[in-house]
Amino acid sequence: MPEAAETHARPANTPLVQLRDSTVVYPGGHVGLERVSLKIDRGEFVFVVGPTGCGKSTLIKLLNRELEPDGGKVEIAGHDINEMPRTKIPQLRRRIGNVFQDFKLLPNRSVYDNVAYALQCTGASRAQIKSQVPEILRMVGLGAKIHNYPDELSGGEQQRVSVARAFVNHPPLVLADEPTGNLDPETSIGIMQLLYRINRTGSTVLVVTHDRGLVDKMRRRVIQLHEGRVIRDQSAGMYTTDESTTEFGVRIRNELGIAESRGKA
Amino acid sequence: MSHIPFFLGEAYRALRRNAAPSVAAIVTITMTMLLVGVLVPILGASNAKTNDIRDQVALQVFLFPNANQSEISALGQQLEGVEHINAVEYVSPKQGIEDLRTTLQEGGDADVLSEIKSNPLPPLFRITPDDPDNLESVLAALQPPDAAGKPRPISSAIEEIKTGDEQTETIRSVTGALKITLFAIAILLGITSIWLIANTIRLSIYARRREVEVMQLVGATDWFIRWPFVIEGIVVGLLGAGLATGILVVIKTVALDPLSADFSLIENLNTISLPQLLAILIVGAVGVSALGSGITLRRYLRI
Repeated sequence: MPEAAETHARPANTPLVQLRDSTVVYPGGHVGLERVSLKIDRGEFVFVVGPTGCGKSTLIKLLNRELEPDGGKVEIAGHDINEMPRTKIPQLRRRIGNVFQDFKLLPNRSVYDNVAYALQCTGASRAQIKSQVPEILRMVGLGAKIHNYPDELSGGEQQRVSVARAFVNHPPLVLADEPTGNLDPETSIGIMQLLYRINRTGSTVLVVTHDRGLVDKMRRRVIQLHEGRVIRDQSAGMYTTDESTTEFGVRIRNELGIAESRGKA
Repeated sequence: MSHIPFFLGEAYRALRRNAAPSVAAIVTITMTMLLVGVLVPILGASNAKTNDIRDQVALQVFLFPNANQSEISALGQQLEGVEHINAVEYVSPKQGIEDLRTTLQEGGDADVLSEIKSNPLPPLFRITPDDPDNLESVLAALQPPDAAGKPRPISSAIEEIKTGDEQTETIRSVTGALKITLFAIAILLGITSIWLIANTIRLSIYARRREVEVMQLVGATDWFIRWPFVIEGIVVGLLGAGLATGILVVIKTVALDPLSADFSLIENLNTISLPQLLAILIVGAVGVSALGSGITLRRYLRI
């Protein structure tokens, strides 16, 4: 597994993500995050919830180092990412998979090329691309649609492509910013199931959402933000960690009262 | 590098999608390079021509007709010691009339001299400076200013020193102005080309902003993102230069070569060899487009 390389020679108890009193103030005075401290361990599945403007997206940008904190520290795997030189940022981003609400697929490239693009951009070999891309597309359930173009796919399928692209090089951390924001509940469960499956391969998954109903039923750690501050951090422990992906899907569907309908999403 | 096929593919995609501004930039570069391609040989030819004329620039030191032999040889000795003199030639009245006769015979006017009974020509020294620009200093050495500030010849045998001043001044100012004008035109055209390339790349960045965003998020390095744009700019430059050189080669073989047998000025156009000229144009075009791309990438590709 590629994750193996990531954990070398580091104490096992180092949190994968650690924010220490991180503050972000946007130009104009709007506070994105205010003295936020939190720890996320390896292999966790974390929801970040809160109303619009509470700082959820700011948190994602902070972890990608699209933003730098005005105060405090952002550490990933024990390293302060704002101390690394600019030239190292690509290396950081290769270890983080990003999924977006609007998918951010390239409209004039096929599903295969969209996923391959992420590998090409990071200098993967041709052989690597040829073996990894079909594999990941099978995993997200799009093995039959690799030559379709994004506008020929449903929203759920497009989001699966986006997830495939984020996870194709098996990053230790996957950030999903409102991944189900544009999708119907049934499709949303499919995407959540997929993210859960990724989580079960060992990657840490952080999902930003305001779909409270879904979050409450999933029984994962929930960090609630309000006006840039953490107002609730309901830690893990109240769920069984070795639930299989299928069990997970069945349970969520039952709890949300949605009948299983295969082939959709 | 193994990424080159990827870069080329991306650049090709961008060119196809961004065709209109690319064509505009290609046409401008073609025009620029055509003009430069015509200007450079003309500049070369006019330089060669003025050099010819400047080489003939000489000081003529006319002596009194009654100057005696010892005065003349003493002056000859003195001239040897003056700086910036390339050659000193003594022309006796007898020699002078011979030269004149030869010149007139070449022109077919040999009869004119037969009308003249005596020799009206004074003896003279013809002095060639090592560089036409040193004419003034040689002149000053030959007639240093006296106490009253008026120039005074170094020998009493000297009646008059003629420099052909007007001639040299005209040549100097005309070639200078020509050079400056052509240079200015070339610079302006170069700036226009850089600007158009920059604009093309800017539009291309806009057209590919989603790609750039995705590239940044999946961890492509800054230069990995930049290369396709740089290549796109260089391809545009190369296409422009290729078109221009093609047109120039056609013009030369079809129009100039048949004419050059008859006209000496066109012969002069060969002062710069064609392959050399083409190499200059291509290197220039690629340089200009790389510069244009670079400027835009710095300004508009915020990575």
